[in-house]
Order: sequence, then C-alpha cells, then structure tokens
Amino acid sequence: MQPSNPGHHSGFQQYPQQYPGVNQLSSTLGGLSLQHSQQPESLRPVNLTQDRNILPVSPVLAPVPNLNSDLRKLNCSPDSFRCTLTNIPQTQALLNKAKLPLGLLLHPFRDLTQLPVITSSTIVRCRSCRTYINPFVAFIDQRRWKCNLCYRVNDVPEEFMYNPLTRSYGEPHKRPEVQNSTVEFIASSDYMLRPPQPAVYLFVLDVSYNAVEAGYLTIVCQSLLENLDKLPGDSRTRIGFITFDSTVQFYNLQEGLSQPQMLIVSDIDDVFLPTPDSLLVNLHESKELIKDLLNALPNMFTNTRETHSALGPALQAAFKLMSPTGGRISVFQSQLPSLGAGLLHSREDPNQRSSTKHLGPATDFYKKLALDCSGQQTAVDLFLLSSQYSDLASLACMSKYSAGCIYYYPSFHHSHNPAQSEKLQKDLKRYLTRKIGFEAVMRIRCTKGLSIHTFHGNLFVRSTDLLSLANVNPDAGFAVQMSIEESLTDTSLVCFQTALLYTSSKGERRIRVHTLCLPVVTSLADVYAGADVQAAVCLLANMAVDRSVSSSLSDARDALVNAVVDSLSAYISTASNLQQSTLIAPNSLKLFPLYILALLKQKAFRTGTSTRLDDRIYAMCQIKSQPLVHLMKMIHPNLYRIDRLTNEGTIHVNDRVVPQPPLQKLSAEKLTREGAFLMDCGSIFYIWIGKSCDNSFIKDVLGYPNYASVPQKLTQLPELDTVSSERARSFISWLRDSRPLSPVLQVIKDESPAKTDFFQHLVEDRTEAAFSYYEFLLHIQQQICK
Amino acid sequence: RARARPRSGPASPALLLPRWPRGAALAAMAFTFAAFCYMLALLLTAALIFFAIWHIIAFDELKTDYKNPIDQCNTLNPTVEKVKKIKRVKIALKLVLPEYLIHAFFCVMFLCAAEWLTLGLNMPLLAYHIWRYMSRPVMSGPGLYDPTTIMNADILAYCQKEGWCKLAFYLLSFFYYLYGMIYVLVSS
Repeated sequence: MQPSNPGHHSGFQQYPQQYPGVNQLSSTLGGLSLQHSQQPESLRPVNLTQDRNILPVSPVLAPVPNLNSDLRKLNCSPDSFRCTLTNIPQTQALLNKAKLPLGLLLHPFRDLTQLPVITSSTIVRCRSCRTYINPFVAFIDQRRWKCNLCYRVNDVPEEFMYNPLTRSYGEPHKRPEVQNSTVEFIASSDYMLRPPQPAVYLFVLDVSYNAVEAGYLTIVCQSLLENLDKLPGDSRTRIGFITFDSTVQFYNLQEGLSQPQMLIVSDIDDVFLPTPDSLLVNLHESKELIKDLLNALPNMFTNTRETHSALGPALQAAFKLMSPTGGRISVFQSQLPSLGAGLLHSREDPNQRSSTKHLGPATDFYKKLALDCSGQQTAVDLFLLSSQYSDLASLACMSKYSAGCIYYYPSFHHSHNPAQSEKLQKDLKRYLTRKIGFEAVMRIRCTKGLSIHTFHGNLFVRSTDLLSLANVNPDAGFAVQMSIEESLTDTSLVCFQTALLYTSSKGERRIRVHTLCLPVVTSLADVYAGADVQAAVCLLANMAVDRSVSSSLSDARDALVNAVVDSLSAYISTASNLQQSTLIAPNSLKLFPLYILALLKQKAFRTGTSTRLDDRIYAMCQIKSQPLVHLMKMIHPNLYRIDRLTNEGTIHVNDRVVPQPPLQKLSAEKLTREGAFLMDCGSIFYIWIGKSCDNSFIKDVLGYPNYASVPQKLTQLPELDTVSSERARSFISWLRDSRPLSPVLQVIKDESPAKTDFFQHLVEDRTEAAFSYYEFLLHIQQQICK
Repeated sequence: RARARPRSGPASPALLLPRWPRGAALAAMAFTFAAFCYMLALLLTAALIFFAIWHIIAFDELKTDYKNPIDQCNTLNPTVEKVKKIKRVKIALKLVLPEYLIHAFFCVMFLCAAEWLTLGLNMPLLAYHIWRYMSRPVMSGPGLYDPTTIMNADILAYCQKEGWCKLAFYLLSFFYYLYGMIYVLVSS
C-alpha cells in the first residue's frame, strides 16, 4: 500500500491508512495472533457442547468489516452486497487453510429508499479495467485518480472538477459518485445497442380442464384488472394474452374492434402467428378491450373438456411474438405438458418419495427455449399451480436461464385451499407492481488478484464475467464464488464492484453501481474473526444444489457436513492449547453447525422423510434465486412467543409501539402447551396454539371463546380492541412491512393435520431420520477427532 | 551321366528360394495389411491432431471472450438438422463425433490386423470416449457441450486440459505409428 503525498491539505480523500502498526496482542488463547484490538469479541471461543443457548435473542446482524470509520460509513450496505469473509486472506494458501468458502452474495436491484441518481454527461471510468469511479479510489493531486481495482492512474475530466451540489470547483472527491457506494447513473447512448425497449408483458394461461377445475383464472384476471394501471411502464407499454389447452388461442385486441377476437391455431407442430400485429397491443389505447377480455376469460372455458396441455407450442408462439422487442412472458401452468414439443412424462414414483433421483431436467427443450429467449431479451416467469407431479425440474429451466422467476403453489385449489389462493393473490400483486428492468447485463469486477469462477442465480453467463439478465427484478439474489489467483501482497484493501446496466420501465438506460471494500489480512485468526456465517451458509447452500444435480444428493449432504468439520477442525488446530474433548468454535462461527443442520433438514436436502419431488426442486430453485435475507428465514425461521407480549424492549415505529419478543430456539422443548408461538418463515407465518393455551389469549387475540371453537383454517387475526390484540397485530404487521413479499398467515392448532408444516421447522429436534442438534455436534466432534 | 543335383545342405545364396510359396504369399499379404493400417492411421492421426488443435482454440476463444457460449457450442456440437440436409453425412464440419468415429475406426482396423500392442494402447482412449459420451448433459442432439454450464471455470478448465492431453496423445501416437509402419515394413 503506497502512502499518498503528505504535502496536501486534509480536504483530500487520502489513500486510507490501515492498522496503526501491527499490534501483536498475546491472548490467552495461545498460538493465535491478533492484529487489531477490535477483534477479540468475534474470536471469543464458544464451547458448543456445553453452551446450550447460543442463539442470540435478537436477529443476527451482518458483521461489520474492520475498516476505519470514514471507510465504514461509505461502504456498501450489507443488504446489497455481502462477502462470506469480511477479512480477505492474502493468499490462496491461507484461504485453503481456513477451509471456508470465499464468495459474494448480491442483491443488486433491491428496493432502495434513498438512491443518488446522477445525470452527468460523462461517466468517469478507469481506462483499462472500466471500473466506475467509487468512494475507495485515491486522488493523486487534483487532476489524477488511481483506480482501486487495477491500480492504473487516470485523468480527472474537466467536467468532473465541478461539483453541482455544492457549486464548488476543484474538489472532485466531494462529488456524489465518490461519496456514495451505491449510485445510479443515467446512461448515454454509448451504452445502448438499440433504442430502449418499451415494457412488454405477455400472459400465457393454461385453460385445460385441470386448470379450470383449480380455478386460478378468476384470481389472475381479477388481480390483473386491479393492477392494470400500476404495471410499470410508460405510454408505450404493450400487453398481450395467449391461452392454450390442446390448441393455442390468440386474442386480437386491435383498437377499433368492438370486442376481443379469439384466433385458434390448432397446428401445434408448427405454430404460427395468425396476424402479424395486434396480438401485442398498446395498453392505453386498447384498455377497454383488455378489460372486456379479462372479465370474459374466466367464463369462456368453464365447459371445456380438453385435458391436454400443449405448453411447448404455446411457448414457441410466445417467443415468436416477443422476439422483435423483448419483455416478460408470464406462464401459468397447472399440469404436466402432455402434447406437442416439450412434452414431459411423469418420472416420480409415489412409492419412492424418499428417492433422490430425477433432480435434473428430462429434456433440453426448455433450456434451449430459455437461451433463445435470453438472446432476444425476453424473460419467462413460471407460475406452477398443480396438484400432481409436473416435472418442475424440467419446467424450471425456462426461467433459470432467461433470468425469470418461479412461483409454485402445490395442491392449488380456489376453494379447498384458501391459503394458497390468498398467497397467489398477494404474490400477483407484488409481481405486477414491482419495479422491473429490461435488457439488463451485469458485470462484477474485483481487485487485481481475485477472480470469480462460478455464478449462481437465474442468469446466463455470456462470457467470463458478463452476466446476461433479460429482466431484472428486486426480489432476485445472486451468489458468486471467488478464488485468489495472485497473492494480495501490495495492498491492504480489496474492492468489489457490481455494475448493472438496464433499461427502466420508463425507457431510460440506467446503470446501478455498488462498491464494497474489505481489508486484507495475513493471519488465520483474523480470517476467522471476520467470517460471516450467514453468507457462508447461503453460499454453501447454492454450491450444494449444484452438487446434488451434477452428482448426487448424498454427495451434497456429505459436502455440507464436511464444510463444518473442516473449518472447525482447522480452527481448533490453530489454537493449540484447547482440549480436544469439547467442540470449540469462534464466536463468529458459533451458529455454523446449527445452520448447516437446519439446511440438511430443509426440503431441498432432506432424506428419509417423504418429500414430493416438485417440492424438493422448488426448494432448490428458491435457494439459488432468493437474496440472503429471505433465504436465511427459509433455512432457519424465527420463532417468537406471542401470548405474553409485554411492553419491555418495545420500539417505536411510525407512531406505533411494536413489542420485541426474544427469539426462541427452534426446539419443541421451547413450546409449551400453555402458550402460542409465531414462526416467521419468510413467505409464511405460522401461529401455533397449544392445547391448554390461556383462554384470555384466544378470546382477546383470535376472537373465539375457547380453544375448541378455533377453526382449522384461520388465516387472519381479527381486529379486536384489546391490548394483547393490538400488540400482536402491530408485531405481525411490523414483521410484514420489513419485507416486500407480503406473507400469508396460518393459525395451527395442536391437533390439526397441518401441524407437520410447523414441526418440520423445529430443526434442533431429533426425527426418525435425522440428528438432533446435540447429536449433530457430537457427530462433528467425532469426525474432527478422527 | 551324372547330373548336378541340388543338395539340401548349406545352400548358396543364389539357390535361396522360399520354402512354401503359399505361406509366402500369405505372409506378404499380412505384411502389407498391417503396414497399410499403419499408413492409414498415420494420415488419420494427422486429422485427429488438427481436431485437437481446433478444440484448444475453441476453448481459448471462449475464455478470452472472443465468442459467446451459444455460438461456440453450436459449432462444437453436431446439429442433426444440418447433418440430415446434406445427403452424404458430412460430419467433417463438426468436431466431436468425427474424432470419436475416426478413433473407433482405428481400433477396428488394428483388431483386423491383429496388432495387439497398438490396440491395447488405444483401448483406454476408446473407453474414455465412451464414458464421456455416456455422461454428457441431457440434450436432444448428439453433443457434449452445454452452453449454460460451459462457462463454469472448472468445466472450462477441464475441457482445456482435455484438449492439451489429447493433443499430446495424438502426437505421440503419430510418431508411434510412424515407427510401427517402418518396423513392419523392414522386418520381413
């Protein structure tokens, strides 16, 4: 690290100084050397076998990188950009010794409340590596800046010297691009291959007998009618509809017609578009016709007798329709596609639900279609609403490689399963109104010496670091794995930059840039001190999904257990004077075995329990595409006791008093018959009522006189005027507001059949096929001592 | 009158005639067939070396961003439609299948020529080709490379290593066949 010129006044952003010398603190841990006095808390050894209460009472926060306070303030928010090791090892050998995965978890298009948008005529970038200017560059005198990723010295352009916010000249380091690590640029025409496309939405709906039975059409049409004006777009927005059963039906919505016209194409082996235009129409011009169609659609197919579903031909037609412009295709499917190209056979044997074969696609039709769509900037989103096996493993490919998203509603029925109908309604509301970016590409750059080798998420890798995303949405997360190609000896900071170039729904070309800065360390203890256990678990989950599909599920499970065993045994062997008979972990990794056990009991990886194949595949798709904060709730839900909410520790949010009950361990020993508990699983809340729950709680909060009268399928808390009801409702709505996807609520009584949904999440308990938490710790200890 | 009769003792070079004319003809045929096999193998190995070099260049192009994975995989995997359109199966345009078929043809040839050592040296490569084809990603046409996974660094590195190893093997076999051909021609 080169010190900057000392002869400049303090107004400059000097290249930051790091540790004030090497503080070799000798600690009682013997053999571990610490470089900075702030580390001991995360390195404090925790005896896992003795300490039974390792779960903190409030949710775990992301570790803060060990930088000086100026850099820490400027650094990227951990919700957008997070690394598994907040102290990067200097060499690949050191990383291998630590036995922890090195990677980044990204949520680049997250909904942000404050985002500086910069409309400058010149976007300052490094000449060789094309990095955008960011808060961590070094300004060498007034006119030149040094790139923090490739170390090249660049010139500061004349326009950059003027700061429009403070109207001052000569202080380039005060400009908003250099003061914020998350910025959005408005891009000029150099960044466009073609004029920005309008928002184009195509809905492909299954109308076979199965679909009409399930009754999803009413919900979809209703939701579309309500949200038609809120679809992101401008005056050029276009919309179209295709329905299919054993033939493909198109709808002519040309502006002058008195009612929508249905055009049926029955030659499904060679689908063609019946009219060249007016199948995708301008939303504002044909709004009345569209509303008529949406009102009429649910009733048009009530007497259908068609049981086949020609999904492949319908998708080929949709692709032909969308290829000139690009956009988004939303596919609603209710059964296995049984006709035409891309037809699938049932591969699941109901007697072998514990088997773990058939995790990969059966045909590459959907993958090829997704690649074609991705090339034409079209994303395909899948809504699977089926009650039987529909080979999600093959169907999911259409979304995975075209940057779409997958929604799955097992056993969907509009009247028999109100929880799923409500979930569909809420998901559709979010899906139709959330922000969207079209024809996007993303590039992740790192400091010289680091390189990225594997990408996870719904995307297509177009070249070694360029990711092609046909659509980008705020609920998509990505993960990447990195390796250290050259030793990072001449720098004490490394930076990572994600640049996402997209077309907004209003037709503007924008670039969202996030930059993260992390320190480099040379000792193994510091690597452990900076380990981010949640990020490591999410990255390992992604890697395990890949391993299960490419080799086998049991290999993936073994690899997960080995990850814990290797990292803990590497830690124990560096601390030489610790006893071998107990399992010691550093404070930063104390939750690692618990999270890995929870992951092994997750639907995606569990064995021995009967799991439907589609449920398993869906859980794997979620692992690959959800951002970290939702994925952690899926893996390790939060459990709270809500029948005794008190005012202690409450917080005030928007004039509301929100109680903050402590987090409980996910174990049945924490459940009592006299209590009521809320489990927050991310997209669904379960409220479990014990048999002898206090009648006052049932009366005040649920609105029923006693336990026996509570119905089996309660999905909402009534608004009662009691203190406990207010507290419970404000807590639940505070949890709901903290995430974009509104979760559904389900109240479960102790003897209801839905009880397994709740109890399967109690990961610390022993089941017939899996270890309890304590047994898992003993197993790890045994493996370490081998 | 005494006539000089040739004795079956130590014969002078001028009287050295082959003992069994039929056997000699057979031996001459076997000799030319083995040599013919080696000569053909020599020529075809030159083609295989060319394929190996093309393989290396294709993956290098992918790595250095010169081409995108979809186009590159379309070049490397044979497309069945193209093969069907051309009456004579013109598979020389595509990379993977021709290499495997040529190599299988070698093995059959050496089997017919009873060259067991050469056959034994080629057996591992034949087994490797069969394994590689059986464990390819799911796809509708014959082909080995999937555009969605080929950019993974470990798969890319594996394919590059495979290219270099094959080039080395084919070069060595080229010289081995050259030696074999000369040996068979000389040892008569």
